[in-house]
Amino acid sequence: MEVNGVATKSEEEQFAVWNQVFRIYDLVFGLPPHAQALHFEIRRDNHVEYLTRGLSHLGPGFSVMDATRPWICYWVMHSIALLGDCVGDKLETGIIDFLERCQDPNGGYGGGPGQMPHLAATYAAINTLVTIGGTKSLSSINRETIYGFLLRMKDSSGGFRMHDGGEIDVRACYTAISVASILNILDHRLIQGTGDYITRCQTYEGGIAGEPSSEAHGGYTFCGLAAMVLMNEVNRLNLPQLINWIVFRQGVEGGFQGRTNKLVDGCYSFWQGAAAAIIQRLHSTVMEQLGLPLSKTDFSQGASCDSSNSDQEEEHSEPECCVNDICQPEIVGVNHNGDRFIKAPQEMGPLFNTFALQQYILLCSQEEAGFRDKPGKSRDHYHTCYVLSGLSISHHAGTRNVDRPPRTIDVMGPYSNLLEPVHPLYNVVFDKYKEAFRFFSSSNP
Amino acid sequence: MDSEDVKENRVPFSNRSEWSDIKPVPQDDGPNPVVVIDYKDEFVETMDYFRAVYMADERTPRSLDLTREAISLNPGNYTVWQFRRLILEHLNVNLHEELQFMDQIATKNPKNYQIWHHRRWIAEKLGVGAAHKELEFTRRVFSQDAKNYHAWSHRQWVLLNLGCWEDELSYCDELFNDDICNNSAWNQRFFVVTKSPLLGGLDVMRDSEIMFTIKAILAKPGNESPWRYLRGLYQNDAKSLLNDPRVASVCTEVLLGGSQYVHALNLVLDALIHQFQPGEDLKGAIEAVYSSLDLPDSTSDSELAKRVCFILEKVDPIRASYWHWRKTTIPSQAL
Repeated sequence: MEVNGVATKSEEEQFAVWNQVFRIYDLVFGLPPHAQALHFEIRRDNHVEYLTRGLSHLGPGFSVMDATRPWICYWVMHSIALLGDCVGDKLETGIIDFLERCQDPNGGYGGGPGQMPHLAATYAAINTLVTIGGTKSLSSINRETIYGFLLRMKDSSGGFRMHDGGEIDVRACYTAISVASILNILDHRLIQGTGDYITRCQTYEGGIAGEPSSEAHGGYTFCGLAAMVLMNEVNRLNLPQLINWIVFRQGVEGGFQGRTNKLVDGCYSFWQGAAAAIIQRLHSTVMEQLGLPLSKTDFSQGASCDSSNSDQEEEHSEPECCVNDICQPEIVGVNHNGDRFIKAPQEMGPLFNTFALQQYILLCSQEEAGFRDKPGKSRDHYHTCYVLSGLSISHHAGTRNVDRPPRTIDVMGPYSNLLEPVHPLYNVVFDKYKEAFRFFSSSNP
Repeated sequence: MDSEDVKENRVPFSNRSEWSDIKPVPQDDGPNPVVVIDYKDEFVETMDYFRAVYMADERTPRSLDLTREAISLNPGNYTVWQFRRLILEHLNVNLHEELQFMDQIATKNPKNYQIWHHRRWIAEKLGVGAAHKELEFTRRVFSQDAKNYHAWSHRQWVLLNLGCWEDELSYCDELFNDDICNNSAWNQRFFVVTKSPLLGGLDVMRDSEIMFTIKAILAKPGNESPWRYLRGLYQNDAKSLLNDPRVASVCTEVLLGGSQYVHALNLVLDALIHQFQPGEDLKGAIEAVYSSLDLPDSTSDSELAKRVCFILEKVDPIRASYWHWRKTTIPSQAL
């Protein structure tokens, strides 16, 4: 690696990471094939055990997470679902019950029983309940009061506050819009002005920041992009610039960094990877912004491509009108953005190197049980969730339709490594999303 | 009061006479609790008492002290913070003292959302007079971590709402001297150049900023930050950017350098897509790079953008699928 002049602090830290990562790669690729193969296996049972334990018991060090317990539920349940596994009825019932106790009578969920409702806790709770699925879980959600809560969190700037008197940022916008969308309660009053706010958060670098003028950042980029898609306003973002920024966030290590000149971190496998994957379904919007005619689908990664559906007509499923009495066509339209999005085929091939990302995840992020930021850091449930989510994105990025299985070459390691596909806008397992969509489309608020 | 003091000197609430009238409220996790945290006794007790005053909406000095204890045990409890704000307002507490409290707990929790938000709330109430102190505070944070995201957002908020822009550009220079690769500092520079009421705005500043950025690029062509900053100066109009002879010249020079030219080519490609006509020097430099690599033979003058993509696919393989896609989105006029 070349250094011009004296290495800066950024460069020194980067060299240290490269050292660690390439040492691991050299080690693994120097092994005989059989031993090598072991390193590329996802240690499913170990991960599930680690995750399940987190649902039952957490040490005193977790006291600082006392206001984020719904997040722990989501990180664990979503990870387990990605691994194609599940927890017992007793635990599921326990979680449904716990989240009900976190639900505020005036709407929204707090970080624990008796805590003020908070948008992030609400997002985590809703996604957890969707992941559990089933009538008991989904009907425990009070959509009417949640709607009221979301509306109260709306700020005159167009953004949302995380909680009463709380901070406003792109995360808050995403969590609010995502929850409203998946619960089929998104409307113009919630959307109004949010697109303005998020657009102001796209920076000169091309990525999206937490607040206007702040630095472009992977987490906020995912949040901003997903929210805009759900509101059907994604054309207001400069997509070519956004794509260019995202793809430059992938380093030679294979993983993604969160910001320019910062270090790789496993969690950005999802934040950046999913942002890239979302764009793959925005082909026509991107082409429009480039001033180019819509060509035949250019769907390929390197030499081979999945052409299994290339001859089929694009399906634009019309939204089913929900039976809801107060449902207005406007509401039906916008609530089905998430569904229209995922049903549309991926017109573009992967924009990032899915193999390199999988390699980083399997060899550098994976521990005996659980996943971590990078070598030298400790595992935690948050990283386990987002690394696995990013891995799922990588597996399915080369597949045109979400419910089709990927090719063998799309999955690094044994094909049994394959994870469940997610709906990239909400980050819930696709089958669970489908169930929730049906449930909330047909029931009255 | 930090957590060590709490441990040594702590008297349980049940033994504190001033709390004898309060019935603590236990947490209701239900009969089959999940994500059970093994709280220490002092944590349980403190939160039980907090719940009591919170539910009673008691806004008194003792409940204020209680929130402090609760915060020291879990600075992430946003309910406690919000309630503390209500008490501070109700009691009309001197917020300068509150800032001192914030200074104490900030060191151990540099990335806690609630602490930064509370700080912003205080600063807003204190007004313009707080500007200098807040800038000093973020400066201290940056001396530990020059990229702390919350600190940068806070600093920007302070400048926008409370002012004090005078030294901001030179502060960016300081940070660049420490680390020219600090992207947060580059972002801040863009912020200052575009938003400072003292500088005249982007159009006025553009020329000198281009000179500054080019210097940074030449010192370290592999540093992505100044390249993105350069595009920002021209509001991502790559064609206009490359039409500036100084910019074309630095791209040429970097290409002739023989390595670390990915960012240069990224920029050139965007310009070519928008019908930028490169001069002979730049064209020659691109051709030199092309022929130094083992790439398909091509003599056609009109395929320069495509050739740039071929180069990038080869020298920047992590982004091969992206460069491949870029090849397919070259408008026919640019080919």
